[in-house]
Amino acid sequence: MNESNAETLPPVIGQLKDRFGSSVSRISTFRDNVRVLVDRSELVAVLGMLKAEAGFGLLAELGGTDYLGYPNRENGARFEIHYVLLNQETHERIIIKVGVEDTDPWLPSVVSLWLGADWMEREVFDMYGIRFEGHPDLRRILMPDEFTSFPLRKDYPLRGRGERHNFPRITREQS
Amino acid sequence: MPVNLLEDDVQSQSGTDEKEYHWTLNFGPQHPATHTTLRLVLELDGERIVKATPHIGYLHSGFEKLGEHLTFNQYVTIVDRKNYISPPMNEVAWHNAVEKLLDIELTPRCQYIRVIIGELARISDHLLCAGAAALDLGAFTAFLYAFNTRELIYDVYEQMSGYRFHPGYTRVGGVLYDFDEKVFQRIDRVVQHMPKVLKDMEKLLFRNRIFVDRMRGVGVLTKEMAINLSCTGPIARASGVTYDLRKDQPYLAYPDFKFLVPYATEGDCYARFQIRMEEMVQSVEIIRQAVKNMPGGPANVAIAEKFPLPDKATAYNSMEGLIQHFELIMPNRGPDSPVDEVYAAIESPNGELGYYLVSDGSQVAWRTRTRPPSFIHFAVFPHIIKDHLIADIVAVLGSLNVIAAELDR
Repeated sequence: MNESNAETLPPVIGQLKDRFGSSVSRISTFRDNVRVLVDRSELVAVLGMLKAEAGFGLLAELGGTDYLGYPNRENGARFEIHYVLLNQETHERIIIKVGVEDTDPWLPSVVSLWLGADWMEREVFDMYGIRFEGHPDLRRILMPDEFTSFPLRKDYPLRGRGERHNFPRITREQS
Repeated sequence: MPVNLLEDDVQSQSGTDEKEYHWTLNFGPQHPATHTTLRLVLELDGERIVKATPHIGYLHSGFEKLGEHLTFNQYVTIVDRKNYISPPMNEVAWHNAVEKLLDIELTPRCQYIRVIIGELARISDHLLCAGAAALDLGAFTAFLYAFNTRELIYDVYEQMSGYRFHPGYTRVGGVLYDFDEKVFQRIDRVVQHMPKVLKDMEKLLFRNRIFVDRMRGVGVLTKEMAINLSCTGPIARASGVTYDLRKDQPYLAYPDFKFLVPYATEGDCYARFQIRMEEMVQSVEIIRQAVKNMPGGPANVAIAEKFPLPDKATAYNSMEGLIQHFELIMPNRGPDSPVDEVYAAIESPNGELGYYLVSDGSQVAWRTRTRPPSFIHFAVFPHIIKDHLIADIVAVLGSLNVIAAELDR
């Protein structure tokens, strides 16, 4: 993840740097992807600016990754959430990443910017346990409500912890 | 731009007094009109839907967790099972992301082969969606015509890979077997048959009073809402978003083909149905051009590229092929991939199907995040079903084409 040359980057990166200064860091390119790491405190402001002023109208994808034990990662938060934005006029894409530590796993919700983020944020909450502050209806979405772990975390085993055998069963008489 | 949330809307529309008349109905998860295991909890005012709350996850199988434990080639069997109505499209999307990560340039022949299987998958998906939309509204014959034609497409899959339903056909840097003459014959049968079946469906449905009345004006999605809700593919195009990754961010050999992107502005169920019908015409056109101009040469990239799995003949008859096969199949061996991450998307029958692939340098992905169009489109459902009647649920669900295996993964 090298810092890229300034001349190969799209102009919107320069605008982001001017506006948000040190909150925008680790700008890198790989293949045709352009990635920017943004501070949690400026996340909604950055995404709002990209949506309103730079024409990135579509939130194409929102997801998370757990980097626990990832090679060569001495600095950097445990989780990173990515927001892939698409500009449907210029066909540009930009990937905004934001780091979250597992000691304090929360992020501001972007449902106020894109309603489409609703279920995608719920999935990240379900799989990684990251709370989205300001989300209108933050519940588990894929896993059952009784589930206590966060299955896509790297310290959760592939075969589970036996939850499947211990689910409460409702018999016909109880229902 | 601040957007009203669903819950607020409901509260402002109906005060607490009025709510006492409302009753709650559970719809699914095993209701025939939901196609697969979808569950809705409906809050009703008589037959009018005040609020619909989808509950999903009944088919959750941890596909993304599995992707963190299977190699790039092994995982293709899992992605097949996401959208099982169009499996080859998932394979093309997955290996598109892997090849972007590894920087592998496909041979021209392989690009054409992938275009053909992708478009066959699109036809098969749209046939089922359009046919099932008719079936749910009582038009049984059109569904049978559509479903019967899908058998011809399964015949192509069977001939090219040996499997009818989940072909598992693509490999890193190529495909399992090259197309032979028999595959082309079977593709030709599909291409010959398609105009006829589309004509039949058109005659049965386009001027069918019951069908049109139940589709037109139902489940309207405006252009602004479509973009706000991250819609892509036919659903966005039916609402006036003229965006198609095949044209706008071309991948594989799509710039070589002449085809049109249909769009509509009504945004209702009927528009979505018509978009799908027209896309099938265009897909047949793409397949016809691809078969006609199919380049020669090898289907897989050379084994000097390290990552491609050599075909059977090379593995058994040459030393290099055998070594390569051994290196790739044995655990703890094999070449390194870049320690980086990449997002790659293609235009699947349902819209943008992307993979956010994080690699830790081995042949097993660190993270395989899918961008599942069904998941994103089902989130649209509660917004567009409001104030409709219970009978409209099947029309709207059918037009969104939600595949539960992809929805829940």
